[in-house]
Amino acid sequence: MYDGKKIIPGLILFLGLLTYPIWHNTVSGKTSYVPKPELPTDKAKKECVEPKTFIRVNHKTLLEDWKFSVVRNGIRTYQASNKKVYTISLNRTCMNCHTDKTKFCDQCHTYMGVTNKCWDCHIYPKQMAKE
Amino acid sequence: MQFDRRGFLKIAGLTALGLVAKPGWDVFSKIESSEPLPTPEPFAKKKWGMAIELKKCWLEEGCKDCIDACHRIHNVPDLGTLKEEIKWIWTSPYDKIFPEHEFEYAGEEHQHKLVPILCNHCDDPPCVRYCPTRATWKREDGIVMMDFHRCIGCRYCMAGCPYGSRSFNWRDPRPFIKKVNLEFPTRTRGVVEKCNFCEERLNRGLIPACVEACKEKALIFGDLKDPESKVRKVLQNRIIYQRQPELGTKPKVFYVL
Repeated sequence: MYDGKKIIPGLILFLGLLTYPIWHNTVSGKTSYVPKPELPTDKAKKECVEPKTFIRVNHKTLLEDWKFSVVRNGIRTYQASNKKVYTISLNRTCMNCHTDKTKFCDQCHTYMGVTNKCWDCHIYPKQMAKE
Repeated sequence: MQFDRRGFLKIAGLTALGLVAKPGWDVFSKIESSEPLPTPEPFAKKKWGMAIELKKCWLEEGCKDCIDACHRIHNVPDLGTLKEEIKWIWTSPYDKIFPEHEFEYAGEEHQHKLVPILCNHCDDPPCVRYCPTRATWKREDGIVMMDFHRCIGCRYCMAGCPYGSRSFNWRDPRPFIKKVNLEFPTRTRGVVEKCNFCEERLNRGLIPACVEACKEKALIFGDLKDPESKVRKVLQNRIIYQRQPELGTKPKVFYVL
């Protein structure tokens, strides 16, 4: 190879620069970042309406179903899989435990780049205290 | 080790069964999705309606108790301008509300008195027919409901409503709400809103806020299907007025002088 002495280090340098963002994020620990939604510490608030595995995957459809049930059908109670009956309310049920959405909802949503419009209208309990 | 055809098939069959066992088990052991409980009272049993006794309403001039109560509870903003005004219950002069009652020489003193008006919760609501997204619809108990989640802000319903009962949020209403009621959501920009007959209060067994706030008991709310209800008693053998009855929308808000 002609000029191998120049080309090979040049290539290495080029690849190094190209992959710089990856190296940088690995070293600074950004790639290993895991969102940590803050769970309520209160013992009475330990149990969610549905098991964690279900909520993780289906919380969006659950909320959608709840909305439909209340607004369209006027049904404001929800029987969970553990046979307990809950009031369907974003503020009085969900946000009663997860009082601050910035410490719970936003943790994953920001990480995943998800935007939702819940809080354009609904008010979470901590919000008013801040404003 | 030697396989004959039979032996091979047996082992192949058992292997396939073994592979299916785990996914199959997962499918049938899934948590049963629970259905919401049925409502204690089906909507169809009732028909909500309101009567407004104007003589009682006029006892105290300039009283705005019903408006204040409603707008406070439902986070209705006060934008200050007539163009952007948001209203669930408001007032208008008698001669504007009932122009057909304006006769020459009648000399009636109540012509310019203010009449409380709100969404009529029509039996045949034009707004519902206009709505392209079904964001507004008539519930079986007669309440014309709004689903703010679904409203796209096209304002067809506003054009369709002959009573001007609907208001549009031209901008974010939240900064214009004096004191936010946490029990009820606010609205967002680009959504139409109107009176919901305090549907959220009825569900808890309470009467509408305006009815509760009226000191003179000029507003009477109740079930029109029940002949013993307060509204029906008030309306009995009285001359009843309705806003633009000729349109055939069959309003559920009645006025008695």
